Amino acid sequence: MNFGQSILEALESLNANKLRSGLTMLGIVIGVGAVIAMLSIGAGAQSSITGSIQDIGSNLIFVSSQRSDAVRNPKPLTIEDAEAISDPLQAPSVEQVAPTIQGKVELSFGGESFTTSLSGVTANYSQVNNETLYAGDFITIEQNYERASVVILGPTTAESLFGYIDGVVGQTIRLDGQPFRVIGILNSKGGGSFGNQDDRALVPLSTAQMRLIHRSPSNRVDSLTIQAVSSESVKTATDEITQILQSRHRTAIGADDFSIFTQQAILDIATTITGVFTVFLGGIAAISLLVGGIGIMNIMLVSVTERTREIGLRKALGGRKRDITIQFLTESSLLSLFGGLIGIFLGWLISIIVGKIAAANGTPFTPLVGLDSILLATLFSTAVGLFFGIYPATRAANLEPVEALRSE
Amino acid sequence: MAVEWEECSVDNPVIVANNLAKIYKMGNLEVHALVDVSLRIDRGEVVSIMGPSGSGKSTLMNILGCLDLPSKGDYMLDGEMVSTLNDDQLASIRNRKVGFVFQSFNLLNRSTALLNVELPLRYAGISIGRKAIAQEALEAVGLGSRINHKPSELSGGQQQRVAIARALVNKPAILMADEPTGNLDSKVGQEIMDLLLKLNNESGTTLIIVTHDPEISAQTQRVIKLRDGLVENNP
Repeated sequence: MNFGQSILEALESLNANKLRSGLTMLGIVIGVGAVIAMLSIGAGAQSSITGSIQDIGSNLIFVSSQRSDAVRNPKPLTIEDAEAISDPLQAPSVEQVAPTIQGKVELSFGGESFTTSLSGVTANYSQVNNETLYAGDFITIEQNYERASVVILGPTTAESLFGYIDGVVGQTIRLDGQPFRVIGILNSKGGGSFGNQDDRALVPLSTAQMRLIHRSPSNRVDSLTIQAVSSESVKTATDEITQILQSRHRTAIGADDFSIFTQQAILDIATTITGVFTVFLGGIAAISLLVGGIGIMNIMLVSVTERTREIGLRKALGGRKRDITIQFLTESSLLSLFGGLIGIFLGWLISIIVGKIAAANGTPFTPLVGLDSILLATLFSTAVGLFFGIYPATRAANLEPVEALRSE
Repeated sequence: MAVEWEECSVDNPVIVANNLAKIYKMGNLEVHALVDVSLRIDRGEVVSIMGPSGSGKSTLMNILGCLDLPSKGDYMLDGEMVSTLNDDQLASIRNRKVGFVFQSFNLLNRSTALLNVELPLRYAGISIGRKAIAQEALEAVGLGSRINHKPSELSGGQQQRVAIARALVNKPAILMADEPTGNLDSKVGQEIMDLLLKLNNESGTTLIIVTHDPEISAQTQRVIKLRDGLVENNP
């Protein structure tokens, strides 16, 4: 018997039991659909997260203090550290340094008042972090120097506080009860994977240190965002920064009281996390595919029992073990292949729907149905059909013709 | 007629069986379905095997039809020693040398008459001209106009004709018919019997009919009577 005939015959027999074949396929449809949906959602999440990390700005290096038991007498990062790193003689690979401190602040205007996150920033913050303004101007060096009472609001913050966004610049609001003049509104960055970047307030670093976020010593900052001269010089810049901070903090070898992250490192971590996440979701989905495979085995065993007489007849007419095995394996693989193809479509549909829901909830996110996951699912589902078909097919092939013919 | 039979028996036996025995084990119990059966059947002969139930006639038919192997004894079918073959070789022998007609027709209900008749050709690996050969076989049993009907659309007699066409399509050496008229009324049964005898007459295919109906066995040239696993009327 050649291949084409086996397929025709298998189709004929699957067609004879439409409901049963359909239900059996459903198990595989759901399994493959789940695998495709999970892989594509994972891939989408990965590209969305790495995308928002890249949005932060290119060739960036992040420095923050690090406390650990290994470090005796750790020293915080200070404005002076930032100034030392921005010295082109000490660190020629560093373009600019943006020190920030972070905290919470209560905003109030009219009867409205709520708490949001506050950053004390320098004039170069907007440049380093790729921030653009919807209206007004950014904080200037002079304002920082003068500890001016000025504030920049995120678009969501302005909207919540005033109920509108145009004409907000120039208004005076209160931060922890102190009057501040709104000098600018940030452009929307969209809800990224790091929470909503549109709901926050920025004030000059010196103002924040002096009047809103109290730290000791008073020249302390929480983090330094450093821009390297180019993306190729990130490595050398990192080395320079490490040297400067080590000598300024007089740390013991191997016991730094600060930690340095490059954008690449964060990207790598995010990729690893989302990769694990994808494998985890895919693994759970694969379990449903396994259950679908067991469904195939179950129904093929029923089919073998039901068709014992037919098998006996086929053997009487000259069907060899191999012919019977191939017949049943073809049926089970076709079941899972069709189930797989429908499942790919279903998974694709699910991932589109998830994308739409995410977009409606303000987290734009594009699930990616890759050719690799389609191929993987097709191969895997057919293999499931083959594997779970082996036992029933062997059972059919090993029936004694005399016994099989006698069965009712 | 007697002279011809004499010639055949000397030169051309299609079945030679010596001291066949078949023992089934049921738990600790040994059931001797066949005790000691020796027989020869000549090419072109029409033979019936009779006997009460439990006499071993089904077992004998299974062995002669190569569906089962004897526990003891030798069996030679059309020049090939069968009793030493493995499963796949037996399948091949059945395909080439034996045609089966069953009491309950045993057609594949989801396939057309033509596809049912094509089945042995498919197992024989014939693909070119298969349809034409199957069609010819259906015409020979008088069903040339119903090749695309499914078994459910055919009468009992017509279904048995499809089964006969299927049995003969590979031009076997013997045709084994197990109660071929058992599920049919006497008129249709006689038509089937006439068809079997006519095909035997035209093509010379040896015909072995297992039956308990004396009216059927009366139409055969020779009757082998079995009782308790032994041939009662050894010639």
